[in-house]
Amino acid sequence: MARITASVYTSHVPAIGAAIDLGKTAEPYWAPLFAGYEPSKRWMGQHVPDVIFLVYNDHATAFSLDLIPTFAIGTAAQFAPADEGWGPRPVPMVIGHPELASHIAHSVIQDDFDLTIVNRMEVDHGLTVPLNLLCGTPAAWPCPVIPFAVNVVQYPVPSGRRCFSLGQAIRRAVESYDAPLNVQIWGTGGMSHQLQGPRAGLINRAFDTAFLDRLIEDPAGLATVPHIDYVREAGSEGIELVMWLIARGAMADVAGGAKPRVVHRFYHVPASNTAVGHLILEDN
Amino acid sequence: MSLDKPYLDVPGTTIFDAEQSRRGYHLNQFCMSLMKAANRARFKSDERAYLDEWPMSEEQKQAVLARDLNHCIALGGNIYFLAKIGATDGKSFQQMAGSMTGMTEAEYRDMMVRGGRSIEGNRFVGEDGDAQAHRQPQGAGGGRDRG
Repeated sequence: MARITASVYTSHVPAIGAAIDLGKTAEPYWAPLFAGYEPSKRWMGQHVPDVIFLVYNDHATAFSLDLIPTFAIGTAAQFAPADEGWGPRPVPMVIGHPELASHIAHSVIQDDFDLTIVNRMEVDHGLTVPLNLLCGTPAAWPCPVIPFAVNVVQYPVPSGRRCFSLGQAIRRAVESYDAPLNVQIWGTGGMSHQLQGPRAGLINRAFDTAFLDRLIEDPAGLATVPHIDYVREAGSEGIELVMWLIARGAMADVAGGAKPRVVHRFYHVPASNTAVGHLILEDN
Repeated sequence: MSLDKPYLDVPGTTIFDAEQSRRGYHLNQFCMSLMKAANRARFKSDERAYLDEWPMSEEQKQAVLARDLNHCIALGGNIYFLAKIGATDGKSFQQMAGSMTGMTEAEYRDMMVRGGRSIEGNRFVGEDGDAQAHRQPQGAGGGRDRG
């Protein structure tokens, strides 16, 4: 059977992608941020999975206001990097895993989560920036990726509790797949940030630190935090953090197993408008 | 019974909910059209003519022409859509976000480097933080960014 071996959490700020694409990673502004991902790149080099299940949000790229799926799973063979208004990022084509993706869709829908199935979709910085942060800038990504897009653009977004339960259903789905695949699940977005209005630029280090602590130690409790707490404390775009609970819900301890091991934890302010948080948890 | 909107008392913040989305549908879809290079070129060559192809309100069109992002958001715009206008103008998310505070680009960037805007006084309308209505605009930028 397939199994989930690790979860990775990271912010996915577009300016990080621009810094990589424009060769600015060694500049004083960016160097501390990229230094924080060096251990992650080394870890990734030693732990390339067969598939990454990558939870992210589309930023009005693949989905306009014509269609707003709450949960969308990409079942295509490949996903092209999108032109977000600056031209497409110069990153490799994202190769999917249609067999596992459609298996997960089937299983999770039967488990009462009404996924939208997407057979054609371009992917934006929400998906490609995390791949760069963990994999660098290779000519091809090291493994297939299943994109899983969550609506966090139009309110109400799914609750933390819903996301946490969905992660558990994804774990069951992966474990019922009849091939010995090593799967990582990534949750991306956040941390505290607000991109709009007179409160733009909000950063709440105390909230972010507590979020990381609870994500490790008390994810079920963290999942009960209501939307308004994210909006008020972490900014209107800080609500992206609910996506981390999908990845956390897929770890073994939530299903009665052992607690995961913290491989790496990192926090940095700022990247453009945003607090960057990062965590790698490995199942034993 | 009306919907529960617990976020209306967060200062300096507009939550893009279903009601705002309905109000801003054509404004946001216009922004979406700027993801195609050919449309960006047509918009730049005659902004008014391009906007007139969309069933937007005159107020929405004026807000776009003025690059008044706070006004665009009040009229149903969403930042991820409005960012397409910024990209067309060659602006970063930081420049766009900063333009909504009244700060200059340098003032806003410096605030972020210092650790960002504090949450203190900025949780509820009626407190005294720097995002509160009575403290706008915040810097020397004038609250607009047309540069």
